[in-house]
This record gives sequence, structure tokens and C-alpha cells, in this order.
Amino acid sequence: MTASALDATDRAIVRATQAGLPLCREPYQVVAEQLGLAATDVMERMRRMLERGVIRRIAAVPNHYALGYTANGMSVWDVEDARLAELGPAVGALPSVSHCYRRPRRPPDWPYNLFAMVHGHSRDEVEAEVARIAALLGPACRAHEVLYSTAILKKTGLRLGG
Amino acid sequence: MTALALAPLERRLVDECQRDLPLEPRPFAALAARLGVEEEDVLEGLRRLSELGVVSRVGAVVAPHRAGWSTLAAMQVPAEILPAVAEFVSGFEEVNHNYEREHRLNLWFVVTAPSAWRVDQVLREIEYRTGLAVIDLPLVEAFRLDLGFPLS
Repeated sequence: MTASALDATDRAIVRATQAGLPLCREPYQVVAEQLGLAATDVMERMRRMLERGVIRRIAAVPNHYALGYTANGMSVWDVEDARLAELGPAVGALPSVSHCYRRPRRPPDWPYNLFAMVHGHSRDEVEAEVARIAALLGPACRAHEVLYSTAILKKTGLRLGG
Repeated sequence: MTALALAPLERRLVDECQRDLPLEPRPFAALAARLGVEEEDVLEGLRRLSELGVVSRVGAVVAPHRAGWSTLAAMQVPAEILPAVAEFVSGFEEVNHNYEREHRLNLWFVVTAPSAWRVDQVLREIEYRTGLAVIDLPLVEAFRLDLGFPLS
């Protein structure tokens, strides 16, 4: 599906609701008033976007850091392409992994095709989880690294367009 | 387990809320019914969790590349100009995450825009203005995407 499949009203609803619903009894009524729509229109359009998979879910987004998972490492792996369809979901299913993506290699600068964001209460815990992933991938993985963040320079919740 | 002292209801709210919030006129009343509490308890709990920063928002989670385009970008920036380059990159409204990481590639950021064309334009402008290469690593496939995180 292309971006053009959403009309301007759909986009306005996505923008208004992904930044966070107002925490009140009738949040869709408040969003509708902001956009000059009826609450039933807002909910019907959201229902359609959920059905089409544009909106994955309506839910709370937790902040791992505030929950005590203060160590996080971006682990990156060079996995045999033919094994990725089988191994990617297995890595993604580990409870310590919040995000797990296939991304392109960019040789010679970047040989890794699998990214797994690993969370822990300490760097040791992250390292132990990384060792668990390494064991799971076995010989299908040629190399890996863990990149720790040293500074969060910008982080905004709003992900317009996604 | 957590860095914060959360009330039992708040812990249950974090776990429960990461699943689907029903799409109906009073979603928090439906959630309250699921938890066996009052609607106002749920709202108060969520307001406190937001204030504490435990929940960054309660809202629509948009699928990648369905309503727009995004990419993860990486740069190798000399240490002496890193603060200036990082500030320049963060200045784009399309950049919503920007991290310094311990690696040869030391600046990592996410660019999100309504179109792939605009994402590419931002990357090219960063390259042009900094004179440094930007490595473009768009998502090819999601094996797990922010599915929630159990508290218990």
C-alpha cells in the first residue's frame, strides 16, 4: 500500500492519535472536536485503518528506561540470507528483544543484516542476552557487534507516517 | 524488578494497556471492566504512569511504511564536530530519534516522513551540508516490532 491510499482526513487522525489519546472518558470525542469531525467518523476511519494494517494497534507504549531497563544495546548480526526467514522470528520472540528487523547490508561499511534491540537492567544482563542470541543463531551467523548508546540526542514519541 | 514503586493496579495497567485498547466511545471504561475496577481508576492510573514517564503515550501504533516512509541512518562523524553535526541532524523535524553510539559509526538516527522521496531528500541534505556520508538502512522486514514488554 502506498502513502496515497490515505486521504488527508485519515492522516490528520493518525497524527492526532499516534501522539497519544487524551486520557479522558471519551477520547475519540475530544480528537473529533479538534479535527472538526464526528466521533463516529473518527472511530470508523480508525477501524478501517486497523483492518488494512495501517494502524497496528491502539495501545500504551511503555518507556523501557523508566521501567528499570536502563541498559539497552543495539545488537547487529551478519546472518546467512537463506536462514533469516527462520532465525529472525526466533530472535524476535526472545523476551529481552523489543525490536527485531531485517535491514540491508551496505558493504564494505556495514555487513550486518539483522538488528535486535536488547534490553536489560545492566550491561552484563544485555551481554548475557546477546550470548543467548549468538547461541541461537549458531554457525548461520558470521559476525556480530553490540552498539551501546552513549547519549540520547533526540527522542520524540511522535512518529508521523511510521 | 522496576526502578519505580508502582501500585499493583498500575503494573496491571502497563501490562494490559500494551494490548489492544478497544475502539469504542469509552475505551477506558472497557479496560476498567476487563480489570474489574472503575473507569476513573484506570484514567488516574494512566495519568500517573504518563507523568512518571513509564508510559510514553497511549495511542495508535502505526505500521512501518504503510502511512509513510522511514529509515535508520548511520554516520561516522569526527569527535570534534560531533556536537555540531548531531545538533544539525536533530534540527530536522523528520528526525525523531538521534543517538550517539560507541562505534566507528557513532551517530544513529531515524528519519520519518510522509514519503520516501522526502526521507531521501533529508539524507541528501545532511550529506551535502556536513560533507559526510550517510548510510541508509531502511527496514526490509520486521520480525518483532514493539509488541509490548511484560512487567511481570
